[in-house]
Amino acid sequence: MSALAGDLGSSRRILSIWLPAFAIDRWRIVTREAGGELDSGPLVLIADTAHGPRIEAANRLAMDAGARRGMMLADARTLCPEISTAPSDPTGDLAFLEQLAVRAQRWGPWSAMDEPDGLLVDVTAVAHLFGGEEALLEDVCAGFARRDLAIRTAIAPTAGAAWALAHFGWAGAIVDRELEPMLADLPVAALRLGSDVLTVLRRLGLKRIGDITTIGRDALQRRFRKRKVPEANPLLRLDQLLGRIPEPLLPVIEHHAPLTQRRLMEPIRHRTLLDQVVNDLADDMAQLLESKGLGARGLELGLWRVDGEVAVRRLEMSAATRDPAHICRLFAARLDDIEAGFGIELLRLRASWTEPLALAQGDIEAQAESPGTSLATCIDRLTVRLGPKAVSRPVPFASHIPERAQRWKPPLEREPPTQGVLEFHARPLKMLDTPERIAVLYASPDGYPQRFRWRGGVHEVARVEGPERIAPEWWRERGSVRLRDYYRIEDERGRRYWIYRQGIAGDGRGGPPDWFLQGLCA
Amino acid sequence: MPSATASLPLASLVDAGTIAARNSSRWRPGLAAAGRAALHSEVFASPNEAAGAGAALALALDDWRNLPRGEGRGDAHAVTPAESDTRPVLWVQTRDAARLSGRPYRAGLPKEVRDRLIHVLADTAQDALFALEEGVRCRDIAWVMGEIAGNPKALDFTASRRLTLASEKYGVPLFLVRLDAARDLSSARMRWDVSSAASDAPRWNAQAPGAPVWQAELFRARGHAPGEWLLQEQGGALKARRKRQADNDTGALNWTAGLQRRRLSQQA
Repeated sequence: MSALAGDLGSSRRILSIWLPAFAIDRWRIVTREAGGELDSGPLVLIADTAHGPRIEAANRLAMDAGARRGMMLADARTLCPEISTAPSDPTGDLAFLEQLAVRAQRWGPWSAMDEPDGLLVDVTAVAHLFGGEEALLEDVCAGFARRDLAIRTAIAPTAGAAWALAHFGWAGAIVDRELEPMLADLPVAALRLGSDVLTVLRRLGLKRIGDITTIGRDALQRRFRKRKVPEANPLLRLDQLLGRIPEPLLPVIEHHAPLTQRRLMEPIRHRTLLDQVVNDLADDMAQLLESKGLGARGLELGLWRVDGEVAVRRLEMSAATRDPAHICRLFAARLDDIEAGFGIELLRLRASWTEPLALAQGDIEAQAESPGTSLATCIDRLTVRLGPKAVSRPVPFASHIPERAQRWKPPLEREPPTQGVLEFHARPLKMLDTPERIAVLYASPDGYPQRFRWRGGVHEVARVEGPERIAPEWWRERGSVRLRDYYRIEDERGRRYWIYRQGIAGDGRGGPPDWFLQGLCA
Repeated sequence: MPSATASLPLASLVDAGTIAARNSSRWRPGLAAAGRAALHSEVFASPNEAAGAGAALALALDDWRNLPRGEGRGDAHAVTPAESDTRPVLWVQTRDAARLSGRPYRAGLPKEVRDRLIHVLADTAQDALFALEEGVRCRDIAWVMGEIAGNPKALDFTASRRLTLASEKYGVPLFLVRLDAARDLSSARMRWDVSSAASDAPRWNAQAPGAPVWQAELFRARGHAPGEWLLQEQGGALKARRKRQADNDTGALNWTAGLQRRRLSQQA
């Protein structure tokens, strides 16, 4: 045990909660709330796949009868014909787990989801509030037992160790220091590895965590040197488990989206009234956001109709804003296709994505001097009408191939840092979306053309610069891709083009090379 | 037109004469320094060459470089250089125009424009006109370029008048490149017809194409006599050469001679 791990061990305490029968337990809770009948015999939760229904979870009786997770339902039916089924609900499970993670913050300042069926809570220096760590675990068990959720728990200095003990250790395990000898007897599956890595380790005869340290680190390091992902590298996982390298966790933070709504005494059926209500909502939202020092990047407007239909309109802004006039204007374009039906009785505006936006004093003088709109407003109006893809800006990309050397990004995004471009060669002002094929008359097959035909016109080449040879990117493209020889040419009337020959005659990658026109020079 | 002039009061003719004489001077690069840049220009060009976009960019850059900046316009020290103006440039294309003549390519753009271009791809001419107008009304945009192919119905005189008024109200220049279009009615303040011209041979490689040269015909303009020039970017500034000296001079002479005659008759 190194001194480093020992120091780390005394600094943090992580509580791991594992719900072994999470999906079944949740199904029981949901069914009971809905007033349905609970399972008395074997029950499996199934998901539909391309090859028929597959079992996602099974209750105790079904497990005894031989049904397992990942088995096809038909196979399970041959083992146990009286098995009953219910659909599984992975998204519902995830949402429920998130709820549980937020609830678990009663035992510690932050908690994280450990998908698909576990939770991690940081209980560093909070155990005394519950009367010690044993009492804390008892409180956790009692809390989950009240909700009929089966759990296994453990507290350890690292998330990895707590997870391993919760899944494979003894009940209510609390490990303080001296991690390595206590965990040595656990199976290697406790390292949170992928199934293929577990197979490799089993074939190597490494069954327990202790075996990994006995075989020698170098041997394993050599075997797994190319695996950079922790799930695929047992040594990384072991170091995380012992606290030698940090393991970042994503805590669940409860997030309240600013929300304003209007219940209407009389359902509205006309556009002018609707605009008025949206105006009011935007004013309320602006006040609400201002009080929190936020600006909205994304807004959702929900319209509940009398007959139960709900229409939702979403909006994304290029910069954080809380200007009610701007919000109304953007929504006005999106409300044209709303069917009012018998009337709209409830409107709700929710800021689903907010960013901090400091209070700023309105610059009256600047407003008066230049009466136009701001850039963000202009971009928002354009994207709302033309679609988010229509407005973009070119940014450089590290590639030799001309059409790949430029990418289109959202207009107000920060430009990615790039290496300075060496400007040896002139580039055309405009580039065609797809290079257009030209018919060429040339003096020699590996020289530049004398004359070419493009879009029905004949161009005599008067001046030429080139070739500029651009090889294919062999690390990305197939071996049969041909190189390009680019020529910058000017024709007899002064029109300047950028053309290339794809391949060389006799390069063994196809017949005689084709010529293309790709760019128009200014 | 003796009857028309006779109906006008003499005093107004003096003013009209002096204003016309001041404005009648021929177009030349750098007019923006005197605050006389046209805010809405149209450039007619063929879609099979990039001369239209290239010349429009050169004209826009010329106006932008010579724009009076800073608080004290007469004071040379208070004038901020053009480089400090990093407002983006909006380039609107219809899908047809982009398919015909390609999209702007960053590495080939002039250095001043390279990192501040915002490109808008509109499905229809109507959408493009909407985008042009929104761009012209935005105070944070240096200038707006538009590229529209053909003569779409949406781009009639009313639409172009709308653009002119918005551009002049908000002071944002608009350069509309008309690809493959007939010279229809328009309220653009300057209307150019541009095509490529043979470039000068570069110093180090006489066989290679040189810096771009455009043959530009100003066929209709408010306050300028029509004329023909060879435009070229040279040393970070736009240079204009007369193509045929004699033609242009007689044209200008004829144009100003009418004014002279009117002023002389008024004095007499």
